[in-house]
Amino acid sequence: MTENVQHAGSLPDERPPITVVGPIAWVRNNLFNTWYNALLTISIIWLLYKIIPGLLSWLVINAHGFSAPVQECRADYSGACWSFVSEKLRFILFGTFPYDEQWRPLLTIMIFIGLLAASCDKRFWKPWFLAVWAGGLALVSALMWGGVLGLTYVENSLWGGLPLTIILSVVGLAVAFPMSILLALGRRSNLPGIKAVSVAYIELIRGVPLISLLFMASVMLPLFLPNGVTIDKLVRAQVAFILFAAAYMAEAIRGGLQAIPKGQYEAADGLGLGYWLKMRKIILPQALAIAIPPLVNTFISFFKDTSLVIIIGLYDLLGTAKAALTDPTWRGFYKEAYLFIGLIYWVFCFFMSKYSQWLEKDLNRARRR
Amino acid sequence: MATTTSAAAQRQTGTDAIIQCVGVHKWYGEFHVLKDINLSVRKGERIVVCGPSGSGKSTLIRCINRLEEHQRGQIIVDGIELTNNLKNIELVRREVGMVFQHFNLFPHLTVLENCTLAPIWVRRQPKAEAEATAMKYLERVQIASQANKFPGQLSGGQQQRVAIARSLCMSPKIMLFDEPTSALDPEMVKEVLDVMIGLAETGMTMLCVTHEMGFAKSVADRVIFMDRGEIVEQNTPDEFFTNPRSERTRLFLSQILSH
Ligand SMILES: Nc1ncnc2c1ncn2[C@@H]1O[C@H](COP(=O)(O)OP(=O)(O)O)[C@@H](O)[C@H]1O
Ligand SMILES: [Mg+2]
Repeated sequence: MTENVQHAGSLPDERPPITVVGPIAWVRNNLFNTWYNALLTISIIWLLYKIIPGLLSWLVINAHGFSAPVQECRADYSGACWSFVSEKLRFILFGTFPYDEQWRPLLTIMIFIGLLAASCDKRFWKPWFLAVWAGGLALVSALMWGGVLGLTYVENSLWGGLPLTIILSVVGLAVAFPMSILLALGRRSNLPGIKAVSVAYIELIRGVPLISLLFMASVMLPLFLPNGVTIDKLVRAQVAFILFAAAYMAEAIRGGLQAIPKGQYEAADGLGLGYWLKMRKIILPQALAIAIPPLVNTFISFFKDTSLVIIIGLYDLLGTAKAALTDPTWRGFYKEAYLFIGLIYWVFCFFMSKYSQWLEKDLNRARRR
Repeated sequence: MATTTSAAAQRQTGTDAIIQCVGVHKWYGEFHVLKDINLSVRKGERIVVCGPSGSGKSTLIRCINRLEEHQRGQIIVDGIELTNNLKNIELVRREVGMVFQHFNLFPHLTVLENCTLAPIWVRRQPKAEAEATAMKYLERVQIASQANKFPGQLSGGQQQRVAIARSLCMSPKIMLFDEPTSALDPEMVKEVLDVMIGLAETGMTMLCVTHEMGFAKSVADRVIFMDRGEIVEQNTPDEFFTNPRSERTRLFLSQILSH
C-alpha cells in the first residue's frame, strides 16, 4: 500500500445526523418541507381533530350494541344502532331467499370466494382449472336454483343480496373477458370488416350509460322478441353487463397491445408462428400484464355498478339494504345500513386492488431490464 | 444503371439455388426502396450485404421471409414462391431463421422457453426433445448456464447469442442476420461474431447484413454492395475489398474502413 491510502478504513462509520434519517427527518421532509405543505398538514390535523371525536362517539362510544333492542336505539340517536345490522344481516346478505334454505347462498358465496382466491395463484393458471370453475359454477347453480339433489326449487326472482352481486360480477367478467380480448384484437386487425365491427361495437357501448343499457335490456328487448318468448330479468341484466364490460375491457387490453414493440411481432412471425399462436403465446401474455391496472379499474367499477340493477327490480346487496330499511320497526337507520354494505363493497374492492398491485409486480419482476 | 455485373449472369440459376430473387421491386408508398433486385443464393453460400444506411439492405432480407411484401418480381425460397398465400409464408418462415439488430427475445419467457416455443408449437416436437435440442444449441453459443434466466437479466451479447440459438432450434435451412452486432457494446461484438463464424463452418446458408468487414473477409463467399435500393456490385471478398469496380463502392469502403 502507498502512503496516500494508509488511512483508508481507519475512520469509523458514524450514524447520520437526526435531520437525515429517522421519524423526525421523515416528518420534516414529507409534511413540513414547504410552507404550503406545512399549512396543509396543520389544516388536516385540525380537521381530523374536529371530526374524529364525533365519529368515534357515534361509531363506538355511544353506539348501541348488536343485541340492543330497537327501543333503546330510538331513545338515543347519538350513537349508531348496530343491532339493525345484526337484525337484518341475513336479509341484507341473502334477500328473499327462503329463510331456512339460506345456507345455500352462504355456501355459494364461500364457493365463489374460494374459487377466486385459488385463481389468484398462478399455479392454477392452467387449462384444467377452467374445468374446476365449470364444476364450481354447476355446483353454484344447483345450490341456488335447487330442484336437484333433494334441494327445493328456488326461483331466481327470490335471489338477492351478496350472492346476486357476486354472480352478476363474476359471471359478467368471466364471459366479458374473452369477448374483450377478441374485440381488442379485432380493433387492431388488418381485416377491414372485422376492424369496423369491433370499433363500432366498442364505441357504441362506450357512448351509452350503463343505466340506459340496463333499461334497454329490460324494457326494449322484450319488444323485439316474438310473442310468448320471455327472457328472465336476471339473464337480461347479466347480458347487459357482459356487453358493457366487454367494451371497456377491450379498450384496456388495446392499450396493452399498443405497448408491445413491433419487434415482438416480427420475431414471432420470423419463427413461423401463425396469428393465433403469436397472439396467445407472445403478444397477449405481455399485453395483459401491461393492461392489469386499467383492467382492475374496470373490474372494480363494474363490481360496484352491479348495484344499478336495482332500477330494473333486482335486489342486489344495495337493493336488499334499501328493502331492509322499509321495515316499519327498523325504518330510518340509513347510516348503519349504508356503512355496512359500503364496508362489504370496500373489502372486495380492496382485495382486488391489492391483488392487482401484487400481480403487476410479480409479472414484471423477472423481465425488468 | 451502375450495376457492374450483368443481370443475365445474376439470373443464372443453378439447381442448388435456395434463394432466388428475380426482378424484385418494392415501394413504401411513393418511395422506391428496392429496384430490380436479382439475386441467387446457393445452398451453403455465405453472403454479406453491405451498403450505406437507408440503402434497403434490411428491406431486402426482410422480403426473403416476407416480413415485408414485395410488389413486383419473384422471390422463391427453398422452392416455394412468396405470394399472399399464408400457408406458404409460414412454411418458408419455418425454414428461414432471422436474427435482428435488437434481438427481439420474448421478455416474458425464460431463455430456454424462448428456444423451445416454436419447435413445440410450430414443429410439434415433444417438450423433452425440444428442450434437449435447445440445450444443445445454447451449449453451442456458450450460454447454457443461463437457460433459466429471463432475457432482461442478460447482457446484449448474451441476448444476441440466445437469439441465434432460438433461430437454430427450428433447424432452419437459411439464416438471415440484420446487423446482429450493431446494437452491441464493442466488447460484446466478438462473442457474437465468433458464434456466427462457428455457424458458417457448419455449412449453413447465411445472408448477413453487417458492416463487420473482418467477418466479411474471413467468412463470406460473396459480398453484395447495395446503394439506393440497387445491388451495385457483388464479388468475392478479396476482389471486393482490393479491387472495387464502382465509384460508389470505393467511396463507401473508404468511409467504412477509415474508422
Ligand atoms: N416501414 C417503412 N415505411 C416507409 N419507409 C421505410 C420503412 N422502412 C424503411 N423505410 C425506408 O426505406 C429505406 C430503406 O430502409 P432499410 O431497408 O431499413 O435500409 P438499411 O437497412 O439499408 O439501412 C430507408 O430510406 C427507410 O427510411
Ligand atoms: Mg437496416
